[in-house]
Amino acid sequence: MLLPFILALAAAALPEESAQLTEPPLVPPVITRTTPAMVTVNLEVIEKVMQLADGVDYMFWTFGGTVPGRFIRVREGDTVEFWLANNPNNKLPHNIDLHAVTGPGGGAASSFTAPGHKSKFSFQVLNPGLYVYHCATAPVGMHIANGMYGLIYVQPKKALPKVDHEYYVMQGDFYTDADFGVKGLQPFSMRRAIDERPSYVVFNGSALSLVGDKALSAKVGETIRLFVGNGGPNMVSSFHVIGEIFDHVYTEGGSRAQDNLQTTLIPAGGSAIIEFSLNTDGTYLLVDHSIFRAFNKGALAQLKVDGASNKAVYSGKELDTTYLGDESVATSLKASTSRQAPQAVVANDGRSLFTRNCSMCHQPEGQGLAGVFPPLANSDFLNEMANHRRGEFVQFVLRGKTGKITVNSVDYNGVMTPVAGLDDAKLATVMTWVSNTWGNKAPPYTESEVKALREALPATPSTVGGHE
Amino acid sequence: MGHLSAALLLSVAQLSVHRVSVPEGRFAPLFGLEAKQRDLPVARFELDVRPVSRASFNRFLAAMPVWRRDRIATQLAEERYLASFERLSPGMPVVEVSYFAARAYCAWAGGRLPTTLEWEYAAAADETRRDASLSPDFAQRILDWYAAPSSLEALDGTGSPGNVYGVEALHGLIWEWTEDFNAQLAMSDSRQSGERNTNFTCGGGSNGSARREDYAAFMRYALRASLTPRATLTNLGFRCAAKGPS
Repeated sequence: MLLPFILALAAAALPEESAQLTEPPLVPPVITRTTPAMVTVNLEVIEKVMQLADGVDYMFWTFGGTVPGRFIRVREGDTVEFWLANNPNNKLPHNIDLHAVTGPGGGAASSFTAPGHKSKFSFQVLNPGLYVYHCATAPVGMHIANGMYGLIYVQPKKALPKVDHEYYVMQGDFYTDADFGVKGLQPFSMRRAIDERPSYVVFNGSALSLVGDKALSAKVGETIRLFVGNGGPNMVSSFHVIGEIFDHVYTEGGSRAQDNLQTTLIPAGGSAIIEFSLNTDGTYLLVDHSIFRAFNKGALAQLKVDGASNKAVYSGKELDTTYLGDESVATSLKASTSRQAPQAVVANDGRSLFTRNCSMCHQPEGQGLAGVFPPLANSDFLNEMANHRRGEFVQFVLRGKTGKITVNSVDYNGVMTPVAGLDDAKLATVMTWVSNTWGNKAPPYTESEVKALREALPATPSTVGGHE
Repeated sequence: MGHLSAALLLSVAQLSVHRVSVPEGRFAPLFGLEAKQRDLPVARFELDVRPVSRASFNRFLAAMPVWRRDRIATQLAEERYLASFERLSPGMPVVEVSYFAARAYCAWAGGRLPTTLEWEYAAAADETRRDASLSPDFAQRILDWYAAPSSLEALDGTGSPGNVYGVEALHGLIWEWTEDFNAQLAMSDSRQSGERNTNFTCGGGSNGSARREDYAAFMRYALRASLTPRATLTNLGFRCAAKGPS
């Protein structure tokens, strides 16, 4: 009789507060308290249709209306009073298993809730770290596959050092009968889920969640902390940021940091806390370095860093010159195909030049990646340039492009890197091929026209310096 | 009084027209750890062709006013009981009914709720097969309904077409009460081992299920397990059954 009485007294003595939950990619502010509190968390399960990729809708099951669910931040030693509500319009019962809970089922049995009901249970957060929470209602795999996961951060008693930005990113794999990009409302495919063949692997519930206007942002000289989770249900993430080295990684969300990592493995149902500083400007890509997932299944997000370029850290392109070894191969290739009709030679060369120089971003059939890389196929933007602003097309290819453009009514705000290593003849070939393939139509570029257009381009710092 | 009885008889007669006979057979329910549970006999029974409609339920309320929204005892239903009733069209299935109300209706209409075994046995059939539950296209059709947003308007649908027994809308329209909906005692997360209820397990534990790939059935069992008899869900209704002629 005495023990429950003491426990009740201890709980009653704690100051009470309501947890401030945030939608991804935001993270609640650092907890500045130095003593435990009784923290109330209110989370509502909502089943709703949202965008999985451009033009692709999916019936998500969510904790709080987003995928991943709301970010929960508490402090080591706090007592949490957890309320799980199941929206009356939902079809299914749900519950929550928080990996931060010590106790059978992680709270799942205590939070099992029918539509139109809510449940309460309490737990003490004994261990600091970054923990996954997820639904554990049968069929568990399906509930997770539909987006029912999120992160709860149990801030250690001694908080991590202050940083300029904290962000919340969580990977998940999705299963539809139709392959990536097929438009319309796509139902869950049980077969593909069991076979572990995802059609989508994305960050924050959509291939478009963190690109363009919605990219993560920071400034040169700032520090950043990513709270990264992996909801799975099946895939393990090889999390990597293209062009950055992680200064510190609290691997698997634990208490010790490893320094200077390139790629960190995040298990399904696991996490990592990743810290790095931003030394120079540019757009950095967050990817699953199981790389087909990044370029073909949506596992790609952007971090845009504004500020001054630091040329000592990264110079940009300084020199481009001829390499004869490569040329000799190209020459022999040309010789071997010279018996074909001239038009065919152009077509073949055009495709191979495109494949080697352009397709890694614009995709093998020029279809692009919605919101990230503009399409070249049936492109209103490309046709307009190739027909009416022919010099601008040359400028795009040779100088690259930074900033907003609109292609087939979709806005893109990324960075195209300059195409290097092509002489005027090859430029003419590939530009002619691209502007006369996949429904595009424009007069051919000739070598002499490209030469003239190139010479007419405005001067840039690198050409002013003069390698030519 | 005599007038009321006549009306009652008439309505029962009308209802019975909409009931069909489901022949006896054998069925392996979703959860059966022991071999003898995996092949259960099902006796011949009668089952309503469609879920009980708003119009039918309205007749019940007229005859048994104690079940009206403004009269029902709080022990017998939650606050949401029949909350949308006035907005349903007559042909829509009645929803937001508690287990107690559903049972009372079936008794009034000369029947009872179907058992879970009977319901699942009938619902495993499609238009041509008595057991289509493991066929991928059948399962996917049901899952597609589970994935569609729930709304009042969606109650206007027809649901699944008549199956080999002539029973309609067992899928694709609403969830339905069964007589022993909570007999499974399946907790949501029955991953705990060593307790009485190891049937409804997740992860590796789901090997206990006789039909691991029958995701649609998993979801029905999960839904039933989440209910209490007072529950009134916006997409939960019922149909009645009766013992078949012996």
